[in-house]
Amino acid sequence: MATTATNRTLAFLTSSPSLSFIRSLSATPLLRSNVKISDEAIFTSEHVEMRGALNKLIEKEINPYVDEWEAARSFPVHSVIKKLGEGGFLGPTRDPEYGGLGLDYSYSIAIAEELGSITCGGVPMAIGVHSDMATPALARFGSDELKKEFLAPSIAGDVVACLGVSEVGSGSDVASIKTTALPKKGSDDLVINGGKMWTTTGTKADWMCLLANTREGDPHRNKSLICLPMNTPGVSVAKEIKKIGNYSSDTAQIYFDNVVVPRKNIIGEEGQGFTYQMLQFQEERMWAVASILLPMERIMQATVEYCRERKAFGKSILDNQVVHYRLAELETELESIRSFLYRLVGLYVAGHDVTKLASMAKLKAGRLTREITDSCLQYWGGMGYTDEVPVSRAWRDTRLLSIGAGADEVMLSIICKLSGTLPK
Amino acid sequence: MASLRALVGCKRVIDYAVKIRVKPDNMGVVTEGIKHSMNPFDEIALEEAVRMKEKKIVSEIVAVSCGPPECQETLRTALAMGADRAIHVEIKGEEYQGLQPLAVSKMLAKLIQNEKVDIAFFGKQAIDDDSNQTGQMVASLLDWPQATFASKIETEGSDTLKVMREIDGGLEHIKVKLPAVVTADLRLNEPRYATLPNIMKAKKKPFSKMSSEELGVDIKPRLQVKSVVDPPVREAGSTVENVDELITKLKDVGVV
Repeated sequence: MATTATNRTLAFLTSSPSLSFIRSLSATPLLRSNVKISDEAIFTSEHVEMRGALNKLIEKEINPYVDEWEAARSFPVHSVIKKLGEGGFLGPTRDPEYGGLGLDYSYSIAIAEELGSITCGGVPMAIGVHSDMATPALARFGSDELKKEFLAPSIAGDVVACLGVSEVGSGSDVASIKTTALPKKGSDDLVINGGKMWTTTGTKADWMCLLANTREGDPHRNKSLICLPMNTPGVSVAKEIKKIGNYSSDTAQIYFDNVVVPRKNIIGEEGQGFTYQMLQFQEERMWAVASILLPMERIMQATVEYCRERKAFGKSILDNQVVHYRLAELETELESIRSFLYRLVGLYVAGHDVTKLASMAKLKAGRLTREITDSCLQYWGGMGYTDEVPVSRAWRDTRLLSIGAGADEVMLSIICKLSGTLPK
Repeated sequence: MASLRALVGCKRVIDYAVKIRVKPDNMGVVTEGIKHSMNPFDEIALEEAVRMKEKKIVSEIVAVSCGPPECQETLRTALAMGADRAIHVEIKGEEYQGLQPLAVSKMLAKLIQNEKVDIAFFGKQAIDDDSNQTGQMVASLLDWPQATFASKIETEGSDTLKVMREIDGGLEHIKVKLPAVVTADLRLNEPRYATLPNIMKAKKKPFSKMSSEELGVDIKPRLQVKSVVDPPVREAGSTVENVDELITKLKDVGVV
């Protein structure tokens, strides 16, 4: 098979020249490409087909613009979400009644993994918040009316969701949040006061899945999750927070000043919000683990290629045993995480509570991404410290994984609690 | 006109974004562990067939691929994009290595007859071997009219297609009587993405498998590959200060 390289390039490469370097890296065969996705225990040929279709969408509608969006520190979340919604990628596990496909969670994980083909962290994160972090409780416990109003248009991609849990004084310690949503006397409404912090897509989202205290008392039994349209009077975006990474995705601080919503906007049972949020976190954590697999493979592959080309002291950087051994170790670690995730998803699909395992996987994934990106960046030398190469972006973006969705330390305390080793 | 039956050839090729590597023995390119997908021109051909079905011009679309078991993935994509049925002609190992356009064309022509096809759609060429022969050979084997490099297709009456072709120096408009072979050029349309709901529906669509023997086609290679080599590496250029220097340089190399 003789191939005309120029013909292929001319006819089908549509990316801008500035991206050609990163694209050429992502297009090269990955380290584990000899394993077919459909041979993995939790995946089928439909998963493969779905990932292929999603990958096409990403390579055409997202990746060519990532550099531009990163520079602008903003991306058109509504149009990206719409395209994904049209493809059916935002709610495979949801009830067909609301636009889902009634498939099992392995499909969400396959999507999360494929979103890792996006060449930055911010865009997939915003997509994940919308599809897998703000909506699980609504899908599971919400009333038909609420699901029609908020879930169905989110799955279709017509509206964008955000999640309001963390506050200025409460991050990982979810039970300590101060925002209240108390009954308004003489009506069926709730009045919301307080504020949220670190809200991904907070400046652009159409609705928020809000955690607030709906009464006094036991902090684990006094909260509710509430669907809050972001255009309700009294909701104000205080500021867009500047971060060290995930530039494309906006992160907001939000205030609520006597915001009135109907009581029927409470998801499921009043007072169960903390429990629902903890359940919702399981999926958020598995999603987060899945989302790092491709970016880490890509960064290691790019590092191998760079180190093979780059010469110092008469040989390539890669020829130093310290380098290729280190990369082999990191690749081994990454494959362990993949195996861990697939096992965990298998158990979750079979109906098990995987809180402990999901917390372990998230802890390990957060730490490993820090190790991989830091080790790789080191081998890129001065180039690694510039904005010109993908490794520095990955280093900045993935640092969040040990902090968001419950910090490493919270994962440890969950594991300890479930192992019965926490001091009483 | 809603009764036209369409067949679309869907070749599995190395993905367009993959950097091609020549095998160490110079007898081919590395395909193991490399991302493959449907030939982009075939995707365009399929998209056109699907659009014609949406306009109720075509009643059924049969997607065909000749090659190794992995071609089933390509056909699943075709079904998810809108084909109604898939036929996989399985050709493995060395036979597949030596598979050439004439053999593929004979198999396709046979299938076209078996399936009573009215329009056969193909990509104008495959991006792996760039042969640009299959559509023409199929037309010749069937003694059908052909409209190659189509960049616009319209129907006229119940048995004629008006096809616009991109040719050197402009556009050519031709008419072909059905049944006919049409090959798709790059600008014919922009293929859709398969959506997840359609991927799941594709699972239930009929999928049949057959061999070249069942079609009664001899697929032995008629051409022999002598060697496959990398294209020459482009040498670095140099910058000139001004037009005079440029002219001098051009004169030095004898091009002006």
